[in-house]
Amino acid sequence: MFTALFGSVEQGIIYAIMALGVYLTFRVLDFPDLTVDGSFVTGAGTAAMMIVLGYNPILATLVATVAGFIAGCMTGILHTKGKINPLLAGILMMIALYSINLRIMGLSSDTGVTRPNIPLLNSETIFSTFGNFWSGLGIDSVISNALKSMGLATVPTTWGILALMIVVTFIIKLIVDWFLKTEVGLAIRATGDNKRMIRSFSANTDSLVILGLGISNGMVALSGALIAQYTKFADVGLGIGMIVVGLASVIIGEAIFGTKSIVRVTFAVIAGAIIYRMIYALALRVKWLDSGDMKLITAFIVILALVIPQIVSKYKEKKRKAKRLEERMALQKAKLKVEQGGNGLA
Amino acid sequence: MALLKLDGINKVFNEGTPDEKIALDNINLNLAPGDFVTIIGSNGAGKSTMMNMISGALTPDFGSVIINGNDLTRLPEYKRAVHIGRVFQDPMAGTAPTMTIEENLAIAYSRNAKRTLRFGVDKKRREFFKASLEKLHLNLENRLNAKVGLLSGGERQALSLLMATFTKPSILLLDEHTAALDPSRAELITKLTKKLVEESKLTTLMVTHNMQQALDLGNRLIMMDKGQIILEVGENRKPALTIPDLMSEFEHIRGEKMNSDRALLG
Repeated sequence: MFTALFGSVEQGIIYAIMALGVYLTFRVLDFPDLTVDGSFVTGAGTAAMMIVLGYNPILATLVATVAGFIAGCMTGILHTKGKINPLLAGILMMIALYSINLRIMGLSSDTGVTRPNIPLLNSETIFSTFGNFWSGLGIDSVISNALKSMGLATVPTTWGILALMIVVTFIIKLIVDWFLKTEVGLAIRATGDNKRMIRSFSANTDSLVILGLGISNGMVALSGALIAQYTKFADVGLGIGMIVVGLASVIIGEAIFGTKSIVRVTFAVIAGAIIYRMIYALALRVKWLDSGDMKLITAFIVILALVIPQIVSKYKEKKRKAKRLEERMALQKAKLKVEQGGNGLA
Repeated sequence: MALLKLDGINKVFNEGTPDEKIALDNINLNLAPGDFVTIIGSNGAGKSTMMNMISGALTPDFGSVIINGNDLTRLPEYKRAVHIGRVFQDPMAGTAPTMTIEENLAIAYSRNAKRTLRFGVDKKRREFFKASLEKLHLNLENRLNAKVGLLSGGERQALSLLMATFTKPSILLLDEHTAALDPSRAELITKLTKKLVEESKLTTLMVTHNMQQALDLGNRLIMMDKGQIILEVGENRKPALTIPDLMSEFEHIRGEKMNSDRALLG
């Protein structure tokens, strides 16, 4: 149980980078970008392909991020220059990326032009490189011993991945927080808020949409590249439903932690991604559910995350109104009494 | 030299369909630096279309828009916006509702400079924003971090006006910017408009449905009807002009009674 949840926290923090990307498009730019399903695999495939070919995993991850950035920009260009509806632009790019991803992964094979998956079992990844450094520090045994003395039977083999990902994701969160407060960031936010207004303040909304989509999908691809290295496997079907996962993380996070400020929301999105993974891990432990039911579970979680806040706020409002009415009635009664008392005296 | 010159502007909407409408019919207009022109006319006269031509939201079928001697007819709206400040009729239109007051001001502040990766709001700018907001006397300077969506229509319109003017654009376009407000708020915004325009000596075009407002503000007045400018009143005659004068002028020119539209009389 503990190790299952531990794994879901590790994964959740990696997926959180993707969720932050989805937050940028869905919430900040108000652009429902479905490119994510494709660009996530672009990231995973590019990184895996380069790693298999012997490139440094850090370089492979960076190139994967750039590939995602380009994919996002393409969706932006389709929408702004080609005047294609946002949803359709995303879907078109997603479909196109499916083939492109097969080709990218195909670059790693000697025989075929395309390739549906790349295993990274014995390859060096960011996590294995960092693992070597980490195990030298000897922190794992300290924590494990501490946990064992607390009575836990099975303990995670390493805390290195978690530590690394907390740092990486936190840095990305800080960069997003900072970026959204710069002049360019403010203009991107205003583009999602009121296009007419920001145009009247001499901002090119087309460029801002393209840039925003690029950054978002760059983050999604980075997340995909890290997930491929974490699971030691890249597959062309990896991204199916990824947009829904991202959306679920954003919605769960916002519902629990609120949306008061950007710093808060980006934190909420990361927490939402982790919570989503934990719910997911727990759901999979239910006996009569199969791993093939995963997408159904995902859809179910998102539906709950969308519907429950509505019900809660409706219930709260009803309660508040009832209370206000009661107060008013009591006040009126008191007034009436005073008046009647006055009449009686006269 | 004219600051703004509209040269033979024509615009037809829905051409070749039963809904065809001649929105602007050979419009010629010259504005000298510092001119404040009020524009009146009934609905569909082409006032807003003309504003949209100047701002670049629409491009004319024929004719050209010349600002400071440069032909900007084909320049997209966002590039032209460097020179042009705008306040819309809808109080929602001029601000970004989910962003704070200071963030909105920062967006307006970057109007005529390239947007970079420096913070939109820093200490120095915040002081400047505060000082600018104090001029509005709406206590907004103490609510810098309030989201603009929480402000009332009047407050938003005052903020829009400030945002449109504080980088001192070459031209200020006001499109019925008091029409959606209650009378007392409208009065406040009218006063504010006068103050801000006079302070920075902005060249201004203001569309209004309120004749009294059109007479009170500005040094020139034009009346539009059916896509044409039918009356131009210059600096010399405008101070003595009255509402009955305008009504009889209209009858005289058009040979028909002015549509006794209440809104027109304000």
